Amino acid sequence: MRILASIALVASLMFGGVANASDFITVASTTSTANSGLFDDILPKFTAKTGIEVRVVAVGTGQAIRQAQNGDADVLFVHHRKSEEKFVKLGYGVKRYDVMMNDFIIIGPTADPAGVQSTPNVTEALAAIYKGKANFVSRGDDSGTHKRERGLWEEAKLDPRASGNWYREAGAGMGATLNMAQGMGAYALSDRGTWIAFKNKQGLTIVHEGSKHLANPYGVILVDEKRHPHVKTALGQKFIDWLVSKEGQTAIAAFKLKGEQLFFPTAH
Amino acid sequence: MGDMTAALSTAVELIVSLDPHLAEIVGLSLYVSLTAVIISTLIGVPLGAAVSMLRFPGRKSAIIALNALMGLPPVVVGLVVYLALSRSGPLGVFGLLYTPTAMIIAQIILVTPIIAALSRQVITDLWSEYDDQLTSLGSSHSRAIPTLIFDGRFSLLTAVLAGFGRATAEVGAVMMVGGNIDHVTRVMTTAIALEVSKGDLALALALGIILLSISLAIGAAAQIFKDRSELRNSS
Repeated sequence: MRILASIALVASLMFGGVANASDFITVASTTSTANSGLFDDILPKFTAKTGIEVRVVAVGTGQAIRQAQNGDADVLFVHHRKSEEKFVKLGYGVKRYDVMMNDFIIIGPTADPAGVQSTPNVTEALAAIYKGKANFVSRGDDSGTHKRERGLWEEAKLDPRASGNWYREAGAGMGATLNMAQGMGAYALSDRGTWIAFKNKQGLTIVHEGSKHLANPYGVILVDEKRHPHVKTALGQKFIDWLVSKEGQTAIAAFKLKGEQLFFPTAH
Repeated sequence: MGDMTAALSTAVELIVSLDPHLAEIVGLSLYVSLTAVIISTLIGVPLGAAVSMLRFPGRKSAIIALNALMGLPPVVVGLVVYLALSRSGPLGVFGLLYTPTAMIIAQIILVTPIIAALSRQVITDLWSEYDDQLTSLGSSHSRAIPTLIFDGRFSLLTAVLAGFGRATAEVGAVMMVGGNIDHVTRVMTTAIALEVSKGDLALALALGIILLSISLAIGAAAQIFKDRSELRNSS
């Protein structure tokens, strides 16, 4: 009897947990937006206004897109334009909206053994690392940052994977990759937001920034209900509308960390 | 070294201030893991006892399988449960992905083989001890099972604690099927992984210290309960 009662109790707990889900949407997004604290800052403002709770699953851009394709998110909020456009073109997403941007930077050991700091542009910077066979940690996880990093090597016409073991693929998020770079005294490509928020910087510094090539635009897309009928279209669109509205854009611009603005609105 | 001392003081600070966010995370960890362990115990102990006592074809293979499944990698379990619960998966219609229920399901799959395999050993040992007695009382193998489970309840408690340890410590499965969503599916281990990825090693370690303290407290409580009951039984 006692066993039956405990089964009933457990079952009611389990299904109770599902039943009390109120108005919420699931957003598949990237570690850079979540780890920098942006969402912690702006989402409460949206929830306060609309009563809609936003549940963020923060993974790499590649994984976020796959989750959205599987129908496991209502809204996709990532940063790799080509993949985003493909997502819409294949019929998984309704429309891509520009939301904001920041930029990529190359970080590396303060001693700068490869002499990256004296290079004029990102192509030369990567070439210096390549020539010096200085340790470089790549995300290696098919994230937006990883896709961009591979693109930059291609533009520089270099193949780091073919030339020895100084090029390490971490297969990890931005923060974990920065931790590795810190531990190994290595170079890495990072988005500026994660870098500013990152707390384990000892011995690392920005060695290259400001190239035009390094802009990092973020887009937001509603998952198409034609593909996944359970998608919360109305709530999801409300969230997107708010993000690109004057109010949402102001909230994004107002988010500062250590006195620095991390993301720059691009919706207008 | 600086991180270590900072972690200790952060841990103490968090505990003393009864940080509400931390309390929520600890509460969810305990809810998910305790629920999973209770259900796993209800399945695993009878299952282990049955494999120990009943003679059926394929029993040897069942024992080998149980022992092997103790070492299931959490991330594989997470992946399988994700694929099953995903909207594109066979159980997608229930919308369970990224809920505590999904995390409980994953942990049940991880923990049940541990409890079952350890229970099987406990029951087998007990049976070899009481074999003659129970047989002389006319008890068959299957009818001896409840007696043996009752008699071995304190040793079985260790099996359950081992399962609980696994449940609270794993991160791969709950990260994958829970999604580490703040206020919804963030538990101790996924919170630790998150703080590591933010480079806040001191806060991560502080959370680790708290997780360890909770496991210690639960282990100690079980030990005290066991000692007292055994004392009462022997007197």
